[in-house]
Amino acid sequence: MNLAEGVQIVSLGILGVLMLASALGVVLLSNIVYSAFLLAMVFASISGLYILLNAGFVAAAQILVYVGAVNILILFGIMLVNKREDFQPVANAWIGKAATAAVCAGLFALLSSMVLATPWHLSSAIPAGEAAIEVIGQHFFSDFLLPFELASVLLLMALVGAIILARREYVPDEEPENEQKVLTLRERPRELVAAASNDLQND
Amino acid sequence: MSSGIDLQESFIQILVSLGLPPSLAKLVWMPLPMLLILIAATVSIFIAVWLERKISAAAQQRIGPEYIGPLGALQATADGIKLIFKEDINPAQADPILFTLGPALVVIPVFVSYLVVPFGQNMVITDLGVGIFLWIALSSVTPIGLLMSGYSSNNKYSLLGGLRATAQSISYEIPLALAVLAVVMMSNSLSTIDIVNQQAGYGILSWNIWRQPVGFLLFWIAALAECERLPFDLPEAEEEIVAGYQTEYGGMKFGLFYVGSYVNLVLSAMLVSVLYLGGWSFPIPVEVISGGLGISETTPWLQVITAALGIMMTLMKAYLLVFLAVLLRWTVPRVRIDQLLDLGWKFLLPVSLVNLLLTAALKLAFPFAFGG
Repeated sequence: MNLAEGVQIVSLGILGVLMLASALGVVLLSNIVYSAFLLAMVFASISGLYILLNAGFVAAAQILVYVGAVNILILFGIMLVNKREDFQPVANAWIGKAATAAVCAGLFALLSSMVLATPWHLSSAIPAGEAAIEVIGQHFFSDFLLPFELASVLLLMALVGAIILARREYVPDEEPENEQKVLTLRERPRELVAAASNDLQND
Repeated sequence: MSSGIDLQESFIQILVSLGLPPSLAKLVWMPLPMLLILIAATVSIFIAVWLERKISAAAQQRIGPEYIGPLGALQATADGIKLIFKEDINPAQADPILFTLGPALVVIPVFVSYLVVPFGQNMVITDLGVGIFLWIALSSVTPIGLLMSGYSSNNKYSLLGGLRATAQSISYEIPLALAVLAVVMMSNSLSTIDIVNQQAGYGILSWNIWRQPVGFLLFWIAALAECERLPFDLPEAEEEIVAGYQTEYGGMKFGLFYVGSYVNLVLSAMLVSVLYLGGWSFPIPVEVISGGLGISETTPWLQVITAALGIMMTLMKAYLLVFLAVLLRWTVPRVRIDQLLDLGWKFLLPVSLVNLLLTAALKLAFPFAFGG
């Protein structure tokens, strides 16, 4: 075993432990902000595993998409909502927890039996290495064209949905009581209007 | 294109001739360039801060720092020493772990990005195949650190500043990436070395700025927004939100934000020079000069001069752009947050898409001029 192999094995171990520990943290911690930050660590360690597999482009894309976009949006969602709410203790909460544990254990058993039962064929092809970007691009426009296009349609739908959500304009003069409740999105009434009318009454 | 001097090869050969096994020699070599770049990046802060102070002073008809060191050049050192010796304070209601981790997460990606900045044909830490893409990916990690420090400070101004910084950073990343993509399309490679080599050949005439003028402007505007430089320094707009995510910070934790912002500015300027201003290449190709003087390209002293010239050209172009950024700071007023997001989404994004499309069309139509 030479130096490079040793470094690879050690970093594989470190990344694996890091990934499992932070994934457990995501699930078990009660502070949702910690969970979101730990999720970024999970994604980053997965990207490290990609680097160990000689897939530099996929690793960078993983960081860009998951850490830089998805996780930040999750954090944004948490911090913009930021609703401090004390949860009521639910009676017989252990039933739900036990059911969740059973489902998780079942999934784990299913997946591990699948992993053990499948005869894995290790590819003997030479790793693409630096030329991987071109290979990925050619696959996108030949045999993986349909999934690629479907993903772009999905993103377009999300984009249109986001625009519809962002474009609704609140008209403060209207009385909210007379508004038809069907097919309207719930929105917090603006405190600005209420404060202004209070000032008028006080005057 | 001659390969120039290869320090790694020569260093390893010297060690091997001294009796070390080749793998050990490589191991001794590996930390050296990293350490060198780390020191160079740190020193670049002092230069950038000195430039900022002196040019700001000149723009306002003041003298600026004068007494500390020659022409006030050691002012930044004095500031740094002061910051190091200040007490490290955690606010009582802050989250101690995230509060400490935030500034580190802001600074580390910036320093790691120096991996792909080339100073010459062989003068780069690693010539990665994903090169410039790595920088884009790493710069998208910084907002997590900003959100972390904004949230953990437990202060409404900090949280607002962190959210603003993140919104700004992800909005301007898209035009930035699209502008880079147009350059990558022309050079058929993501590697920074290939991007510079593609601009070699006709000296200043073959630099990308002539073929991508719109892309250059887009990239520069987006890079300034990513660095939170003045026309776009909303995350720390002092009239509105005190100092944004930095409000609760003091001592070296604040210093890390300061370091990060200046290193990021120099890094962005260097990448502009790599992408659009020919990187390390001299306005007149060195090969042409040496050919005219009748000197062989493989002459050792010529190669040393070429390498030194390459480093000097990269730094000169970068600091010219830093100078421009400082001038812009005292010329352009700060935009409002809605203007900022409007500019990013409604102007820069469509323009960068059109720029990308035009580049693709021109590449198909004139493959000789736009990299076939």
